[in-house]
Amino acid sequence: MYRNSMKIEFPNNSDNERFARSVAAAFVLELDPTLDQIAEIKTAVSEAVTNAIIHGYDTESGIVTMEGNICDDVVEFIISDSGVGIPDITRAREPLFTGKPEMDERSGMGFTIMETFMDSLDVRSEVGKGTKITMSKRLR
Amino acid sequence: MELFLSGKHHTLIVRIYGELDHHAAIGIRESVDRELSRTGARNVAFDLSRVTFMDSSGIGVIMGRYKVTKALGGRVILYGANEDVKRLINMSGIGNIAVIADNEEAGMREVEANV
Repeated sequence: MYRNSMKIEFPNNSDNERFARSVAAAFVLELDPTLDQIAEIKTAVSEAVTNAIIHGYDTESGIVTMEGNICDDVVEFIISDSGVGIPDITRAREPLFTGKPEMDERSGMGFTIMETFMDSLDVRSEVGKGTKITMSKRLR
Repeated sequence: MELFLSGKHHTLIVRIYGELDHHAAIGIRESVDRELSRTGARNVAFDLSRVTFMDSSGIGVIMGRYKVTKALGGRVILYGANEDVKRLINMSGIGNIAVIADNEEAGMREVEANV
């Protein structure tokens, strides 16, 4: 069985969205993904990290953590923040729902994209404690 | 990002370079809205041919400009998207509210036909 893992932590600056998805793409390269799979992983990770940065911490500063695990041909990413948490996860996962309707670059498509581009998506959140998103994808 | 006005069609052309994520989206929204009110343009055409990555923040910027141009009696035109970007556009349904074209010329023809 082949295994690998990594973990990074970074402050919730919006320019770290690019950093995080680039790390995710580099991490899966050893599994020889297709270009489509790389694009899907980058997009899904970008959605999760952007959510942590905008919704988790809003205007406060905080740390976002991204863990990556490879087990044979399956990659898993865990993105977590210690921010405000999601009061109603079912509602947050509905297409076009946004917790920040006043920010008009929020389309409400984030969770839909994560679900579509990854094989599994698990969202755990506690109000006042933070949010943890686990998503995985088989690459062969 | 490059922003310029095509006066003939009352259209603001927005050529976006590189990655269109939340970080980039904030600046694009602000510049486009400022130029719309400064120039009096009604339509916004997004040239996506140089966009290498886009996530839901890009969708959000386009949806937001749809609302703004609709209030002005104008349209949003999208052209030049690569396959990955097209996939997101299709997933989001913005094809139903924006004019999707292969290139700038085709987009402007659509706008003229709909005026």
